[in-house]
Amino acid sequence: MAMDHHPEHPDITAEMWTSIDTIIDENNSVPGSLITVLRLCQDTVGYLPPLLLDYIAQGMNLASSQVFGVATFYSLFSLEPKGRNIIKACTGTACYVKGIKEVMNHIGNKFGIAEGETMEDRRFTLEGVRCLGACGLAPVMVVNEDIHGNVDPKDVTGILDDYS
Amino acid sequence: MSKTRMQLMLCGGTGCHATGSKPFQEALNAELVNRGLADEIKVIETGCNGFCAVGPVMLVQPEGTFYQKLSVEDVPELVEEHFLKGRPVPRLFFKEHKSKEKIPHIDDIPFFSNQVYRAMRNKGAIDPEVIDDYIARDGYFGSAKALNEMTSEGIIDEMLASGLRGRGGAGFPTGMKWKFAHASEGDEKYVLCNADEGDPGAFMDRSILESDPHVVLEGMTIAAKAINATKGYIYCRTEYQLAIRRLEIAIAQAKEYGLLGEDILGSGFSFDVEIYQGAGAFVCGEETALMRSIEGKRGMPRPRPPFPAQKGLWDKPTILNNVESFANVPQIILNGGEWYASVGTEKSKGTKVFALSGDINNIGLVEVPMGLPISKLIYDIGGGIPNKRKFKAVQLGGPSGGCVPEQHLDTAIDYEEIAKVGAIMGSGGAIVMDDRTCMVDMARFFMDFIQEESCGKCTPCREGTRRILEILERICDGKGEERDLKSLEELCEVASNSALCGLGQTAANPVLSTMRFFMDEYKAHIFDKTCPAKTCQALLKFTVDQDKCKKCGLCFKACPADAILWKKKETASIDTDKCIQCMSCYDKCPFDAID
Repeated sequence: MAMDHHPEHPDITAEMWTSIDTIIDENNSVPGSLITVLRLCQDTVGYLPPLLLDYIAQGMNLASSQVFGVATFYSLFSLEPKGRNIIKACTGTACYVKGIKEVMNHIGNKFGIAEGETMEDRRFTLEGVRCLGACGLAPVMVVNEDIHGNVDPKDVTGILDDYS
Repeated sequence: MSKTRMQLMLCGGTGCHATGSKPFQEALNAELVNRGLADEIKVIETGCNGFCAVGPVMLVQPEGTFYQKLSVEDVPELVEEHFLKGRPVPRLFFKEHKSKEKIPHIDDIPFFSNQVYRAMRNKGAIDPEVIDDYIARDGYFGSAKALNEMTSEGIIDEMLASGLRGRGGAGFPTGMKWKFAHASEGDEKYVLCNADEGDPGAFMDRSILESDPHVVLEGMTIAAKAINATKGYIYCRTEYQLAIRRLEIAIAQAKEYGLLGEDILGSGFSFDVEIYQGAGAFVCGEETALMRSIEGKRGMPRPRPPFPAQKGLWDKPTILNNVESFANVPQIILNGGEWYASVGTEKSKGTKVFALSGDINNIGLVEVPMGLPISKLIYDIGGGIPNKRKFKAVQLGGPSGGCVPEQHLDTAIDYEEIAKVGAIMGSGGAIVMDDRTCMVDMARFFMDFIQEESCGKCTPCREGTRRILEILERICDGKGEERDLKSLEELCEVASNSALCGLGQTAANPVLSTMRFFMDEYKAHIFDKTCPAKTCQALLKFTVDQDKCKKCGLCFKACPADAILWKKKETASIDTDKCIQCMSCYDKCPFDAID
């Protein structure tokens, strides 16, 4: 059931709305699919503006409070815009023991963002994630889809220069 | 299918991807084509081999030569010398840490030779995206036997005889769990696979999923027959995208061959499996929270009874087992429960996969028999501590576990034995810490994790962990007080006894464990305001070693707090009142003169 009226939002284009409608249509009747829908919609827009949460609630015949409750429970979902490049610094035990804090401090010094923050110009978002499962290469930092292991704080700015 | 004289098993796990296995693979393929060897020599991308410390790795079959730390530059020499002329390349062999001995053959490398493969028997030996490889190594024969020759009761008896206990960490007898679910009434039952693997430092399940996805599907199918379920879900954390992709391929291939889905192998039994991706909540590794999550709700646990075997997913009888547990099932059915129980101790049968990481030489995954002393894991297999440092403790069981110090290293790997020293078997994460690790800081680290991941439903966990964390942070910050020790003990006891789920109930373990064995460190932080491991920044007092100081003044220039006193041609000194412990001077000094 495609919605007749797409609300206005600066970060959601017409093409995105079409994708969102398809996602909702395809998953509407699958019990328990809310988390999947939120994930796919976030992949489409880059994050989940509260307005979109209301739209999803309507489309899936759920209470807005329920959708909001699920979106805020899981750390995968963000209600704030993200940067073009997401830096995921692993803060799992092995990476912690191997010095990920120093790596993050260097990023903070160079780009002005602490854990959980996005740069003004939306170039980078720095996220501390809990364990990427690549403990053999601690400390680990993932930028978009690229995995960087054995990260030395001195090499950090060199690695990040490649990402605009 | 043409026969090739050599198979190059190249590790394609996440770890080796990060160290450059993809460019190496491309270069290797190109060179083989270039030299006209592409028909005789096959390059196979396998799943995680487990030896992440020395990646990218490659195993040359059938001879068994093991190569490590490969890079694109090595390709021409390897192809020319080894593959064409038959002369292996020694400089790329595994090098033993202490003796520096080069070991060419995989069976002679202690890291591998000390292991006993059961759950990980296919890793590095098959292409995980080719179902025929899996079948060639007895894949789906267990499933065929279970569906066509055995009854549900027979399967459950075999599982009970094996003594397999839940490998997710709780160690509940798998056969018993299936028995309860089998006894439950209802025609709609579920088999769930817990692939959420949230413990920081644990990557056993990731490896099994990436290198041998079919073994999980087969294990689930056998379980489904045991309890009469028709639908299964693999709840896999969304961070494991490679594992998810390989699972999707495996499911499609298995369905194509009639090994999954409707009327499997003509047995009349149908079982379908779907993947459900997590969304970044550690607590969803808890069984009831996981089920809530699949139902599209906030992943908050609920009290038990009723147990999932009676009322689980959608209130239907459900069993949830860990990836590693399922990985053991097909072999148990094929070889018998008694075969499985022939290895291990009286109450802990079989093998366990551990993820060794931290301050240890041989970082990676190892599968060892139950009963092995932990010391063998650390020294014989792990290769000891690097950089000439000393062993301090090994954390077993992640944030729900405890640390095992030097004096208890002879403890056997066994559920009950490990519990006696205040730790838990856990999912298999084993983080080794050397003498530069502050144990109070580690307790704080684990509590920080638990606090953030607490779902918030029950007060003891939500409030208790917060208060415990506050106290630990104050202690690490140099503001600890004597009564803090008693407060910690009391808070830990309350949380352990009254929290709703396993997360809250075990949250106190790292604190209790470090207090039990490293009380002197806590006291040093609180009473002397020092950190013996020199890690807690707030408690560090920086001084310049006057003998080593070369009077260069770099530290003076680096200090943002004007805390360094220096004049040209004189040694520097630090005013500890002004020092903010930012470590800028320490980083800058080229002569290691700052302590």
